[in-house]
Amino acid sequence: MSTNFVRFSGTDTYLSNESLEAAVNCALVLERPLLVRGEPGTGKTLLAEAVAEALKMPLIRWNVKSTTRAQDGLYVYDTVQRLYDSRFQDKDVSDIENYIELGPMGKSFDAEERSVLLIDEIDKADVEFPNDLLNELDRMRFVIDETQREVAAKDRPFVLITSNAEKELPDAFLRRCVFHFIDFPTPELMEQIVHVHHPELEANLLKQSMETFYEIRSMKRLRKRPSTSELIDWIAVLKASGVHDVQLDGNLPFLGALLKKEQDLAAFADQLAGGRRWRS
Amino acid sequence: MFVPFLYELRAREVPVGATEAVNLAKALEAGLHEQSLDGFYHVARSILIHSERHLDDFDQAFLKVFRGVEVEAKKLKDELFDWVKDARENLPELTDEERAMLEELDPETLERMFQERMDEQKGKHRGGNHWIGTEGTSPFGNSGKVARQGIRVGGAGKGRSAIKTADARLYAGYRQDLTLDVRQMQLALRKLRTFVRTGGEEELDLEGTIEATAKNAGELEVVVRPPRRPNTRVILMMDVGGSMDPFAHLCSRLFSATKKSTHFKELRTYYFHNCVYGRVYETERFTDPIRVQDLLHECGPHYKLIVVGDALMAPYELMSAGGSIHWESDGERAEGIVWLMRLQKHFRRSVWLNPEPQKYWLGNTIENIASVFDMFPLTLDGLGESMTHLMKSK
Repeated sequence: MSTNFVRFSGTDTYLSNESLEAAVNCALVLERPLLVRGEPGTGKTLLAEAVAEALKMPLIRWNVKSTTRAQDGLYVYDTVQRLYDSRFQDKDVSDIENYIELGPMGKSFDAEERSVLLIDEIDKADVEFPNDLLNELDRMRFVIDETQREVAAKDRPFVLITSNAEKELPDAFLRRCVFHFIDFPTPELMEQIVHVHHPELEANLLKQSMETFYEIRSMKRLRKRPSTSELIDWIAVLKASGVHDVQLDGNLPFLGALLKKEQDLAAFADQLAGGRRWRS
Repeated sequence: MFVPFLYELRAREVPVGATEAVNLAKALEAGLHEQSLDGFYHVARSILIHSERHLDDFDQAFLKVFRGVEVEAKKLKDELFDWVKDARENLPELTDEERAMLEELDPETLERMFQERMDEQKGKHRGGNHWIGTEGTSPFGNSGKVARQGIRVGGAGKGRSAIKTADARLYAGYRQDLTLDVRQMQLALRKLRTFVRTGGEEELDLEGTIEATAKNAGELEVVVRPPRRPNTRVILMMDVGGSMDPFAHLCSRLFSATKKSTHFKELRTYYFHNCVYGRVYETERFTDPIRVQDLLHECGPHYKLIVVGDALMAPYELMSAGGSIHWESDGERAEGIVWLMRLQKHFRRSVWLNPEPQKYWLGNTIENIASVFDMFPLTLDGLGESMTHLMKSK
């Protein structure tokens, strides 16, 4: 196997670490899909953009919803349109190809150059969804039943799949993937991440907001703990409104940017009022 | 080293097989691990592990197999350093040329040289140290540094060493054989979902319509079908009070998860104390009793029975007739175990979920009850397994 393949090592705006890079590079070498899991807001989707940017490949997104079927990713045969057109006879209805619309996966196979295919939040779909994709992901080709045209990838796309771990994915599917679990960033890494997004942030505000953020995160009773994206947003709001000091107390400015659930806001107030045990 | 590691993983119930092994070998062949143990840790982890719940097992297995290796490597390195120091003292004068050469060495060369020296070190024990004086004393001074840098893939300050990462057991929280919250339980319960199309034909079958219309030469032909409906009926029986008190919180979470699940056609919940005797109760306070006989009469064998209880009681409470601590005057006097057997026989599929840790399952009444019911631990893994078990057709 050749050793001079393209390697991924982060971009200017996406800070990676060695284990993430190892996972991406494994997936590139083995030509297998990379499955990324982790808490919401840890940058799973952004990773696809970063890989596409670093490897200079076009990014094709497939946002999975609860109603998405595997077939939708390959192609859709618009029978209704064809039926409709046949009534007016102003279009060539004899060519089925005109009514075949490739889905995101089909497009990434059909593309002239190698692309990055992002299958976002695969766990949103039905339990059987990943299994339905197995064959296509393995062989990177499929046949359009209606026209018997085979769509085959010239250059196997780099497939990145994200999952919020809401649903267990089938074993057969997991075995075919390279797996990476995005950890919650350590304070040091978080500082770098914040710096990337808010380069000109005052050191004082950075320190205070980081401390507050990690203290809130360490609260035991929160349902949805704030994550990276919430911190970034929160700092953006603080900056925009000209706040220079944040103190962890009852009237923390723009708390809503960090805690998004009513119960969490209540739990937060409660812990501040009564249980000061968790504060040093 | 490699194969024992895979077996160590398998021993910890991490599903690794030939596919993973071959992939790992491919990745190593491509040099993805940068010839370092740390690189190997990350590469192996991304290929061998498919779910965060196995990360902790991976860390532990890695420690067990490779901890000694690091010590050995460190010992080797120390020996090398001593040896280099020794050589320095014996050969204090380094020419400028040699120094310049040192500066120019690129990491790969250094690494290769380090490797060669490692081999040579074996020779050292054999053949003494007369070749120390030849070129490359000082690259050693650097080689320690190189070995450290080799750990890092893309620059400075990013990672800790693999052994340290593994030792920290950062992923212990993702293990799934530990306890679980409502949402996780709900997801496990979702496995119990089945759908059938029954009842009146009231849903438009769009694809069917199009096909029929097309076949009908374009004249509209509407096709309807019955909508999909959930088709699972579940009976949940929970032991409350007494020895179940420590698990009350866990059980209430399971209860709310079950109640919240919308994919059951019917869900009945009943309570009992210790063991099921003649009747079960609709409330936690043991009011509104319903006779088990009546229940069995009402609910056919297609209902799925889930019993939750620690199955711990005094043997006579299970084995002697009328062992119930609540005296039933009109009830049939049968042993607790007989009632359990009746329930188990009646339903095609049933499971017993036990919150007691599995290691206490032997040598007490749990063992007896486990011989009647298929028993699973009340953890996320256990719950998942039991749901799969319930869905198997019989």
